[in-house]
Amino acid sequence: MSTQAPSAIEKPVEHVSGITVRLVGDSGDGMQLLGQQLTNTSALLGNDVATFPDFPAEIRAPRGTRAGVSGFQVQFASHEVHTPGDTLDALVAMNPAALVTNLADLNKGGLLIVNDDSFEEKDLKLAKLNTSPLEDPSMENYRLIKVSMTRLTKEAVSEFGLSTKEADRCKNFFAMGLVYWLYGRNMDATLRFIHGKFSAGKSTIAAANEKALRAGWAYGETIEALGHSYSVQPAKLTAGTYRNIMGNQALAWGLLAAAQRSGKELFYGSYPITPASDILHELARYKNFGVCTFQAEDEIAAVCAAIGASYGGQMGVTTSSGPGIALKAEAMGLALMLELPLLVIDVQRGGPSTGLPTKTEQADLLQVMFGRNGESPLPVLAARSPGDCFEIVQEAWMLATQLMLPVIVLSDGYIANGAEPWKIPDVSKLAPIPVSHPQENNNPDGPFKPYLRNELLARPWAIPGTPELMHRVGGIEKEDGTGNISYDPENHQKMVHIRAQKVANAAKLLPPQSVEGPASGDLLVLSWGGTYGACLTAVQQAQSAGLSVAHAHLRYLNPFPSNLGEILARYKKVLIPELNMGQLRMLVRSRYLVDAIGFNKIKGKPFTVTELVEKISEHAR
Amino acid sequence: MNTALKVLKADDFASDQDIRWCPGCGDYSILAQMKKVLPEIGIPPEQTVFISGIGCSSRFPYYVNTYGVHSIHGRAPAVATGLKLARPELSVWVITGDGDALSIGGNHFIHLLRRNVDLNIVLFNNRIYGLTKGQYSPTSVEGQITKSTPMGVVDHPLNPISIAIGAEATFIARSVDSNIKHLGAVLKRAAEHRGTSFVEVYQNCNVFNDGAFSYAQDKATRDDATVELEHGKPMIFGKNKDKGIRLKGFSLEVVDLAEGKVKEDDLLFHDEQADPALVYLLSRMRHPEFPEPIGVFRNVEHGTFEQAVRGQIDQAVEQRGRGDLQKLLSSGDTWTVKV
Repeated sequence: MSTQAPSAIEKPVEHVSGITVRLVGDSGDGMQLLGQQLTNTSALLGNDVATFPDFPAEIRAPRGTRAGVSGFQVQFASHEVHTPGDTLDALVAMNPAALVTNLADLNKGGLLIVNDDSFEEKDLKLAKLNTSPLEDPSMENYRLIKVSMTRLTKEAVSEFGLSTKEADRCKNFFAMGLVYWLYGRNMDATLRFIHGKFSAGKSTIAAANEKALRAGWAYGETIEALGHSYSVQPAKLTAGTYRNIMGNQALAWGLLAAAQRSGKELFYGSYPITPASDILHELARYKNFGVCTFQAEDEIAAVCAAIGASYGGQMGVTTSSGPGIALKAEAMGLALMLELPLLVIDVQRGGPSTGLPTKTEQADLLQVMFGRNGESPLPVLAARSPGDCFEIVQEAWMLATQLMLPVIVLSDGYIANGAEPWKIPDVSKLAPIPVSHPQENNNPDGPFKPYLRNELLARPWAIPGTPELMHRVGGIEKEDGTGNISYDPENHQKMVHIRAQKVANAAKLLPPQSVEGPASGDLLVLSWGGTYGACLTAVQQAQSAGLSVAHAHLRYLNPFPSNLGEILARYKKVLIPELNMGQLRMLVRSRYLVDAIGFNKIKGKPFTVTELVEKISEHAR
Repeated sequence: MNTALKVLKADDFASDQDIRWCPGCGDYSILAQMKKVLPEIGIPPEQTVFISGIGCSSRFPYYVNTYGVHSIHGRAPAVATGLKLARPELSVWVITGDGDALSIGGNHFIHLLRRNVDLNIVLFNNRIYGLTKGQYSPTSVEGQITKSTPMGVVDHPLNPISIAIGAEATFIARSVDSNIKHLGAVLKRAAEHRGTSFVEVYQNCNVFNDGAFSYAQDKATRDDATVELEHGKPMIFGKNKDKGIRLKGFSLEVVDLAEGKVKEDDLLFHDEQADPALVYLLSRMRHPEFPEPIGVFRNVEHGTFEQAVRGQIDQAVEQRGRGDLQKLLSSGDTWTVKV
């Protein structure tokens, strides 16, 4: 199928190294779909990509209002990119509300494409505007392209006899066609998507969407206002086969890999919550991998069922976001006392309480560190990018099984919904995660001792059904070794220390902290989680400008890598940028007595590289 | 290795732990009956798991030599559901109390019943919080004086059997701690049922709520204050077997058989597979207006949860083949970067 219609007018092509585009419209306008298609297509063309979907919590927020604006930002480039870009080369706005809420991020001289048909009196009123922003003198700062998208789409699909509503729904594909022409994007993958999605009984819709897509492309080719198109060459990625991957998808697939590597069946207990639900949807599709997905009656049941499955010898996993993690706290303490392997995954969102369900934040770090009663430390790992989610849950399961304890993995809304090119690993080269269940009584003098420990202080994972190993476990304090109920003061102190030491022992199984940049100097930027890309890019830019700055990105938040204290001491200052009020900073200060500087943003949005570079420049020379 | 099947005895199910219930507690009797019934069921200790929540009754797992989890308050049904999904071949018992199952764990309780997970749940109902020393529970009666209700309970109590039928439980029964023969028989039937078996046991807390069920326990009163449900038999009760239960419109009434005006055939015949509405009526029979039914209220067959869940997994494997991770990771649009 040829996607490049023979062109009457050959327009010149400008080669650029990278482009940042944001697509904005009503939450029902299909902006997320458009963005995902543009991302996937760009990745297939070999560009490096990074995305930032930004949408309201409501499924269909009131039409045309500012609150209902849904956006998708993507940066695609011929070089490595780690962020979706700070400011926009192009903004596609489907209505006035979308335009006015996003215009500030468009570069001066940037391309502004608007659906001219939706700037009528009633549309302006919905956006609470008295006059059309298109008439504003500030428009001179941009290359404004007004397109009658609604009318042109309707005309393009008139042959299919669709209803007005159905025809109107095709206009995001018209917009897509125009953007594809503008950036030399091949339409093949999106055409495959259209015909795959609207196959059974909806071939008319599919044909209409294809027509709208092609009409948008042809429109770009034809109109004089667009004098040229752009080209972005493939990025130089390391050799291998790649795909585009989103964070929650990578996380689900990582769980499948961890189960396979450990020879376990995956038991996944979950309760729907934004932004973690996609993990449940994804895993529910893979029952043929032996995955048991259990949508529980609440968050507590979800984690408790996972604990039950782990007790039975399966790979117990539960995922949630901040509010759900709060509900699971007591059960996490139980799993810690039972000393069973379990993964608890927190896809963080803006808090507190219901907070900002669809926005990103890093404010659950202290919750997962300390949000349980009693002395109850647990290992905490944090993913840094969408593709990293695949690795990190496997690493977490390795720790959980080696140490016999629950392990917490932090992701966030930005990572969960973000996408990046991902080099597909060779599954046959993934090392096994060794897991064993005892068959013999470990106590020659009496009943099996469920809390007899190995050199890592891990207890044996004896599972029901094994003769002679019957034992009872519970949340009540127990005597070491036998597991019998014990209120003995010395024993309690001993057990608290053992449980803490088990967590500390995780550092023995993990690699030391690495640093990018000079081994000593003015400033160390210490980051964790989803701010990785922005911090890395900012430090690289600052280094290029000659500043004395290095970057350490923490993957292990509890325990900290054993060499972290020594690294911190090598720099005059330590800057910790976080999307919270300074939670890692509090931990680092109390642990290492280092007077780290905070850079804290709590807006439900990721850092921009620009603001990070500015902050770095204040502290490094 | 001796391959001959061992004949199990009650002692095989006794753990080495000291029992820490108060002397005279009704829990002892339930434990004794359980240890007696387990060998009769014939499932070896290593295939049996007791899971409990929090409360006096929930210490139960420590006292039986099987696998066991003493979990957290109200959550035993959820832990047990996960275990049963993971290991459908195990025999799983949930031990709980009125506070554990009906207050803090009410949500899990109803969802366990409606899902019909193949396990047995025994609710020790003593109408009081014992382990926290005497606050009122969701089954405490109106007006009951407790430490937290010095002027009397104002809440209307929950009726465990009514809730169970509301959640469409497939096996619902009631027994009394002191009626050991009856209790043993009910526990055995619960174990034999496929699906969630719910057994409410009237259990005396002799420290904080002594005599709450004396009408159903004392020899002098129990024959008139309870009616034993027997499948296919008319509902007759009383020391002299001279009273019966008759259906009157949408309600029940107590009738006198002695005068000869009402014949046995006019009485309600108990049917364990009866319409849920009738089971609900039975659950509402409350002392002293009615004798309280003991025995099996309902026993119907319905597919189990774990069977359905595992069935979908098997079906997926059959239809799509065992999952191939490499294929999955490489599915959809990919591109190759050459060196």
